[in-house]
Amino acid sequence: MATVHDIDTGLRSPALEARDVSVHYGSKRAVDDVSLVVPSNQVVALIGPSGCGKSTLLRCFNRMNDLLPAAKVDGEVLFHGQNLYQPEIDPVEVRRRIGMVFQKPNPFPKSIFDNVAFGPRINGFGGNMNERVEESLRQAALWDEVSDRLDDSAYALSGGQQQRLCIARTLAVRPEIVLMDEPASALDPIATQKIEELIFELKKQYTIVIVTHNMQQAARISDYTAFLYMGELIEYGPTDMIFTNPTEERTEAYVTGRFG
Amino acid sequence: MRFDERAEAPRDLGRPSPGDRRRRTLGTLFLLLCFAATSVGVVSLMVLLVDVLMDGVAQLDPEFLSSYASRFADRAGIRAPLFGTFWILLLTAVIAFPLSVGAAVYLEEYAPRNWITRIIQVNIANLAGVPSIVYGILGLAVFVRGMGLGRSLLSGALTLSILILPVIIMASQEAIRAVPDSIRQAAYGLGATRWQVTRRQVLPMALPGILTGTILALSRAVGETAPLIMIGALSFIAFTPQGVMDQFTVLPLQIYNWISRPGDDFHAIAAAAIIVLLVMLLAMNAVAILLRNRFSRMRSN
Amino acid sequence: MMNDPKRPRRRFHDELDQLQERLMTMAHRAEAMVEMAIEAVAEKDSGASKVVRRHDEDVDTLEIEIDERVTELLALHQPMASDLRKVISALKVANDLERVGDHAVNIARAAKRLSRAPALPTIIEVSEMGVIARRMLADSLNCYVSRDTELAIHVCQTDDKVDALRHSLYRILLTHMMEDPSKISGALELLRISQSIERIADLATNVAEDVVFMVEGQSMKHGRVDTPPDYDLDRESEAARD
Repeated sequence: MATVHDIDTGLRSPALEARDVSVHYGSKRAVDDVSLVVPSNQVVALIGPSGCGKSTLLRCFNRMNDLLPAAKVDGEVLFHGQNLYQPEIDPVEVRRRIGMVFQKPNPFPKSIFDNVAFGPRINGFGGNMNERVEESLRQAALWDEVSDRLDDSAYALSGGQQQRLCIARTLAVRPEIVLMDEPASALDPIATQKIEELIFELKKQYTIVIVTHNMQQAARISDYTAFLYMGELIEYGPTDMIFTNPTEERTEAYVTGRFG
Repeated sequence: MRFDERAEAPRDLGRPSPGDRRRRTLGTLFLLLCFAATSVGVVSLMVLLVDVLMDGVAQLDPEFLSSYASRFADRAGIRAPLFGTFWILLLTAVIAFPLSVGAAVYLEEYAPRNWITRIIQVNIANLAGVPSIVYGILGLAVFVRGMGLGRSLLSGALTLSILILPVIIMASQEAIRAVPDSIRQAAYGLGATRWQVTRRQVLPMALPGILTGTILALSRAVGETAPLIMIGALSFIAFTPQGVMDQFTVLPLQIYNWISRPGDDFHAIAAAAIIVLLVMLLAMNAVAILLRNRFSRMRSN
Repeated sequence: MMNDPKRPRRRFHDELDQLQERLMTMAHRAEAMVEMAIEAVAEKDSGASKVVRRHDEDVDTLEIEIDERVTELLALHQPMASDLRKVISALKVANDLERVGDHAVNIARAAKRLSRAPALPTIIEVSEMGVIARRMLADSLNCYVSRDTELAIHVCQTDDKVDALRHSLYRILLTHMMEDPSKISGALELLRISQSIERIADLATNVAEDVVFMVEGQSMKHGRVDTPPDYDLDRESEAARD
């Protein structure tokens, strides 16, 4: 039923693949039989009106839905060919390799340094922590702004800086994939722009899946876009195609602002 | 005045309409009633305090604090109950704190949200309201006689611990619940186990609330008389307890004992003991507030 | 009223409607100019030139106006998908129409000069070309409104006829010029006129291609996919050659 255009994964195997993923909250179906492929080192955007299941789908990729006792996940999520929902897979290890950045910046009530160091510490990192923290902050384009005050509380930073701190924190555990749930929706336009530029840079090293309700943002930064509606995948394809000449009528209606 | 009338007749803001005046009067009336209610509480408290102070302050001197009880009021002191109160406070804290925090952590972070957990929750809330003398009876049966601990500090501490356990558990649960879920989500997202999330994020953030709850619960325990009477704390001892199995007495007990005797002289030293007790309670509350402020300042820095 | 759920993006659609309306005004003006200019050739009317030039000023003004409206729509409303294609097509069609107007002016001027030159025998090829070109222009503008891609493809295919006519006209005029040198000035004007008519036909084809892009989202130009099998993809390079 969904229109899935050809996704060019190039020579590399896809970073993630969802196969017939469904999520139920009690009797309500939040995600309905979604299958899609996330190519490596690309940005995939999930768009759709509020409540269409895009955040729920995103949370399937790193097993964050496990934390909600009422949620039931069916289907497979393949990461390097392995189904993440097999019983022998440890969700804690999954989350180290597939990181997540949330909608509202949520730094820990600790210093900037300790925020970034938290991930490596709990995962038993034994190397040079200063180096790891600096590297992560540089990758998140925040180092220049905080290098002289690493011991200050994270709450002293502005909203946009806090979100970049959260990104640095996620990168510090060296994940392969970074999931972003509307990372810029709580930020002002300048901070948003910085995050978008950052995503473009991060693409070189990481694979990024981003949920956004801002269509222009999806159009600006993503390589592939998936349109979801009421839990169903309606259309998935290269971003330029989705926004200049979509196949499905519902995609066309959403993208031109006729609903949602 | 109707909505549409407003557009035609611009009002002079300096001159209130009758409707405004009535609203304002009602508001002032309400304010006065609330103030009166507050005053009743404050004034009664002040009267009591002043009364106690007037009665007892003359008796307060270093000898009073260091002498043991005596049949003669002018030679009686609160050395034994002071030590007893201090010791029982310490022991109760050591016993109650880990048990309560552990229970609170389990209930908030680990327990599944099913009917069993709900029953436990409801029961804990109920236990907080049980009259303290019932705990005294429990202590007598289980600790003093059942476990053979006798009328010792340990029995007293165990009894008081169980008494304040529900209070600390509920306060700790509140504190843990107050930790924003976004912090937990972020920690889980980084690949933390539930234990790591609890120990490294939730508990440190909840600590001020837990400590405040603990100190307030302890200050309630300090004032408890009935349960300690039940388990057999004495009121006339001429020694300070040296070990946890020793017998003991506490300030409230001593106060009760002195008050029940005829004669103004004993009443006077009872008042003095009350002042000491109040000072202790005040100090504990002050520590609780200071701790809370210090932690929240650290947080917002 | 701005956010009426039954009519989302109302302001955008109102602006889009106004854009289309201005474009249609421009189209009618251009069509009228072409009609007048070609009739002037047949009637040997020297006064038409002035009228056509006046219309051309209006057409130029409209082109500028449409430029500005399109820029504003793109900047302020960020249209997507079919809306985006509609807006961009409007810009391209306006551009084509402005050039149609310029060619109409050229024809009118040539007609004026023709009326002063020694008379030539009536050459039906010229009027035939004129009829076809006007038909093509009218059709392409119609299918812009009706979004009829089949008609658009038909317009593109008709262009061959115009080219063929121009080739025969060229040979005929060459013959006339070689026979009688006094006819050269007249023949040259007719040659210019035929070139302008052919350019008008080409521009009508452009408009038709823009319609296909607007409706289908894929370009027919320069050998892209989805062209019908008998469509001559070398048409463009032929026009450039002359």
